[in-house]
Amino acid sequence: MSDRIFGVFGVLLAIGFAIAASLIQESFLSDAVGPKAFPYIIAAILGLSSAVIALRPDPEPIWPPLGQLIEILAAAVVMILYAQLLPVAGFVIATAFAAAYLSWRLGSTILGACLTGVGTSVGIYVVFHLVLGLSLARGPLGF
Amino acid sequence: METLSSLADGFAIALTWQNIGLALLGCFLGTIMGALPGLGPSNGVAILIPLAFTLGLAATPSLILLTSVYYGAMYGGRISSILLNIPGDEPAMMTCLDGYPMAKKGMAGEALSLSGISSFVGAFFATWGLILLAPQLVKIALLFGPAEYFALFALAFMTLGGVSSTNQAKSAFAAALGLGFAMIGVDTQTGVPRFTFGEVHLYDGLDFLVAIVGLFALSEVFIFLENRHGEASAKGKTIVIGRLTPPLSMLKACTPTMLRSSFVGFIAGVLPGAGASLGSFLSYSLEKRMVDKDGTFGTGDPRGVAAPEAGNNAAAGGALVPMLALGVPGSGTTAVLLAVLLSLNITPGPLLFANNPDVVWGLIAALFIANFMLLALNIPMVGIFTRLLLVPPRVLMPIVAMVSFVGIYGISGSSFDLLVMIGFGLLGWVLRKFDVPLVPIILGTLLGNAMENNLRRAITIDNGNWWTLIDSPLAIGLWVVAIIGFILPLFFARKVKSGMQRGDAEGSIKD
Repeated sequence: MSDRIFGVFGVLLAIGFAIAASLIQESFLSDAVGPKAFPYIIAAILGLSSAVIALRPDPEPIWPPLGQLIEILAAAVVMILYAQLLPVAGFVIATAFAAAYLSWRLGSTILGACLTGVGTSVGIYVVFHLVLGLSLARGPLGF
Repeated sequence: METLSSLADGFAIALTWQNIGLALLGCFLGTIMGALPGLGPSNGVAILIPLAFTLGLAATPSLILLTSVYYGAMYGGRISSILLNIPGDEPAMMTCLDGYPMAKKGMAGEALSLSGISSFVGAFFATWGLILLAPQLVKIALLFGPAEYFALFALAFMTLGGVSSTNQAKSAFAAALGLGFAMIGVDTQTGVPRFTFGEVHLYDGLDFLVAIVGLFALSEVFIFLENRHGEASAKGKTIVIGRLTPPLSMLKACTPTMLRSSFVGFIAGVLPGAGASLGSFLSYSLEKRMVDKDGTFGTGDPRGVAAPEAGNNAAAGGALVPMLALGVPGSGTTAVLLAVLLSLNITPGPLLFANNPDVVWGLIAALFIANFMLLALNIPMVGIFTRLLLVPPRVLMPIVAMVSFVGIYGISGSSFDLLVMIGFGLLGWVLRKFDVPLVPIILGTLLGNAMENNLRRAITIDNGNWWTLIDSPLAIGLWVVAIIGFILPLFFARKVKSGMQRGDAEGSIKD
């Protein structure tokens, strides 16, 4: 079933891709092929392979229970927040929180997670910023 | 003779303190990454690419660093296979079969050192193979016009799927998806924006480094988050390592095996789409058929350790041949290395040997140096690496995630790229669930623009005649190989795959 849904989604994606390709504005100075042809070919392959996937599905993949799915989404949300807050909070603070969260969710105790978070953050700061001179996001506190 | 003098020039380039230091660092990091379950060579190289750039390394030093990581990871994978029966990366899977039984018999030290020596032999001969074969391939590649290049790219995509997935439709899907990602951005020939949906950030196109790090490294973090409860932790098993030198008689018994496996592995590596996993699989099966008369393979036969290790390291070297000579990588990790070259503004392919001989020969010399370093690192110091195996994923994976973020942020300094990377991480997780191979996506993203340019150039030269694509014997030959390479696995892949898989779930990242 999963593969059928996946295949149908792929076919829709291919159609969307072809429509988006047809909307490309052609320049008056174009080569013989133009900017649309290759995307059309790609859309065709995408659509064909998706149709095959939908018609001849593989055995069902093992989907995680809902709890684990939420776990992954939550981690993605934390990462998105991290990306957004990085310039605001500065590298060290943002990274310590993000790494601590991930470590906690991967099974550390709260204390262990905090230590991992701070250790990762300070460690990366020292190695990459102080030693190697990489520029990291700077927060209001200067680090 | 010319080759030898070029090689000597290469050594002159590689033997600076900076390059030796980078090679050593790369070997060390690579061995760790190979040894830790969950971080394979493609992940390891992917995480380190952005760092190599942000540190401002020039082309040759960055390549030396990253290929040392590549070779190192191939060495490192065996450590956890032998000690814990968990392959550190996919090519090391076959090493479990005889390595772990050897360790259980109390011969862990012998198994580790023997596999280290086999890795060395495999990599050493493969590097020579690279030196001899790549220039010959370049001579052929010089005959290629745009139509042949287009066919060659098609060949790469069509053969890559054969080994990296059981389902050809899914690998075709992955390739088309990757090519589709490459189309995003301003069209290089006419200057019109494509698939940007008005988002200015997308005008430059998707940075393939962002895609690679997201698909490989972040998706791995998500996989670990998903599986954390069932995670077989490495702790608690202490295995006595014992003596770290194999007895001479064992070495002698394994020498023919090593040589044969190096040859088989190298060929498997050169073939497009095969890569190191197939190299180790083929070497093991061949040896099993040839020398296993008493049925000792699988019960801790030293030859069963030597064969896959020589095979996978030889394949690692072999996979560099098409990548350097044609610009078409033969495996996942070489696809990532191709990303390095492209980001450094070096176009691999026949002109690379003419225009940047310093890069090519410096790299090859560095491979020799790295190989000796790895032998030194892996035999006496293997104890350090076995202790690093005890780092639990709950500490390791946050570090991996954060280093990925640092690297990508360091390149562009933009949060937008980080968001795209997270998107690719989730995409990678979903696709791995569906058993869609990730390597064709990367390859598509990397090669999409070059492929399109060659198509358009070929047809423009011939005044809009599409038949020009199959106009020369060379192009027709390439198309025939491509089609055979696509169709054959439909019949044979399942058999080979079931031999390789042994019920391992994380099969999407090959190499």
